[in-house]
Amino acid sequence: MSDAVFSLSLSPGEVQALWLSLKTGVVGTALSLGPGIAIAWVLARKNFPGKFWLDGLVYLPLVLPPVVTGYVLLLVFGHNGPIGHWLETQLGFVLAFNWKGAALASAVMGFPLMVRAIRLAFEAVDPKLEAAARTLGARRFDVFLSVTLPLITPGIIAGALLAFARALGEFGATITFVANIPGETQTLPIALYSALQLPDGDIHAMRFVILSLVLAAAALAGSEYLARAAQTRIRGQA
Amino acid sequence: MSGLSLAIQHNVGDFRLEVTLTAESGVTGIIGPSGAGKSMLLKMIAGLERPASGHISFAGEVLSDAARGVFLAPEHRRIGYVFQDALLFPHMSVVENLDYGAKRRGNAGVISRDDIIALLGLERLLTRRPHHLSGGEAQRVAIGRALLSNPRLLLMDEPLSSLDPRRRHGILPFIEALHRQLDLPIIYVSHNIDEITRLADRVIVLHAGKVAATGNVADVLNQPAMQQLILGDDSGNDDPAMIVEAHVLAHDVAQHVTELSLGPAHLTLPLLHRPIGDMVRLRIHARDIAIATEPLQGISVQNIIETTITEITSTGAGRVDVTLSLSDTHRLTARVTQRASDKLALVPGMTVWALIKSVALASDSRSSN
Repeated sequence: MSDAVFSLSLSPGEVQALWLSLKTGVVGTALSLGPGIAIAWVLARKNFPGKFWLDGLVYLPLVLPPVVTGYVLLLVFGHNGPIGHWLETQLGFVLAFNWKGAALASAVMGFPLMVRAIRLAFEAVDPKLEAAARTLGARRFDVFLSVTLPLITPGIIAGALLAFARALGEFGATITFVANIPGETQTLPIALYSALQLPDGDIHAMRFVILSLVLAAAALAGSEYLARAAQTRIRGQA
Repeated sequence: MSGLSLAIQHNVGDFRLEVTLTAESGVTGIIGPSGAGKSMLLKMIAGLERPASGHISFAGEVLSDAARGVFLAPEHRRIGYVFQDALLFPHMSVVENLDYGAKRRGNAGVISRDDIIALLGLERLLTRRPHHLSGGEAQRVAIGRALLSNPRLLLMDEPLSSLDPRRRHGILPFIEALHRQLDLPIIYVSHNIDEITRLADRVIVLHAGKVAATGNVADVLNQPAMQQLILGDDSGNDDPAMIVEAHVLAHDVAQHVTELSLGPAHLTLPLLHRPIGDMVRLRIHARDIAIATEPLQGISVQNIIETTITEITSTGAGRVDVTLSLSDTHRLTARVTQRASDKLALVPGMTVWALIKSVALASDSRSSN
């Protein structure tokens, strides 16, 4: 291989793909945090008719072919989809074929992983701790903020990082929902796929592979660091 | 009505809790075997569980009344709760734990924060994380945390049962100090007769969801039927013990002993840190009493009491329980072999000397579980 593969200067196309991946990943993860915590809490702590179906619905993107998920997103959030049409005509907000749609696709695909991690964290919190807080004068929401939330922070970090990592690798649902538009929806994996389609794209493809590896490693290291920091904060310094 | 008053009924599966009780100032002990409904009862008083029917009120204020749909949330009841495991918040330091309730209820508690820290010996622990506390230390912090939340009633649910016997003895004096120094009604739940004997002013025996007996600690717990209920099976028969109420007469610091009066008799114990005149309950095990038909000289046993035999009952396996009366109200039970009883020709009405080999405050000498 030539030195071009390892050249540290990134081409505009590479910068664009990297930036898009980061943007869709961060925005998608950030937007799913609120609903993710809420649904994880409901699944961990509440019993109600239909819990089984909610549980299944949340995990569905994990087991469906991503193309199916992307197609469903297109049907619902596309120009002619019920929600997509409403957003477009009422709020002028378009998801189809732009980076916002890509962020939505990665959020949906990462959601099950996030909910799972946070739900496990909720289940690990002893409800008796929350009961103790209430006998000490804390209202329900106060208990959530002062006791439950700090204790599940490692789970939230783990869930968010998992969802973010999943977003970086998102391909099928994204390309189905928002297509492959350089600078708009062409994230790293899609750019890599496009490079492979070109007759002389090997070097480009290899560079996208390396970029993806670096990004994934950085995300992993970041999650490890944050999880340790949160764990230390809960347990105290040894 | 100054204290707690409740009459509740609740069903969980086959189990039915049906309790009517009142608890005024001082320590009300609730004792019963596991599964008697003790914890469920406490949770209902604290507002952590909702009784299916009945009412609970404190000092005239209705906390819960199923018929009228009244149910005050636990955070509004001002009832402190010390759980079996300390349940300290792991992400907070000891001092943050202590201040959790105080911050939410104001710090106009029964006694000042500094006093509670001193009373429970928490000074050196304040900056530590719960993770780095021993079981006894954590339980003391939990008690302090509950006291600082400005409670008007303190519930303690088997606070010592997760501790080993040594730590248990370390923490009992702290709970006794609370009792003596705070004007705070306490409901103390346990399945341990020694703890209740040591701490409670009066006792309620709970069995299978119902109140089996209530009243003076010694009167209730000396009944063989109650011991049977509390200990289950026949383990009560195995090691019977009498609870007696004695009073502190004098301390001899040089000899490291305290003299107690037990009815007409005197007892000598290792030094007790109790004021003169204080009532202390002793739980004297039948196996720790030997019987002599004449006063003995030259024996290391110090507590030798002249008594009259009132009853001799066979317990099977070649052993008899001899009931010894010191006065009309003071009784002890000695367990001796049938052979010894025959040899000494023990009969009711006979004057004998009880040799008490070991005597200590309830729960100091041994743990009965």
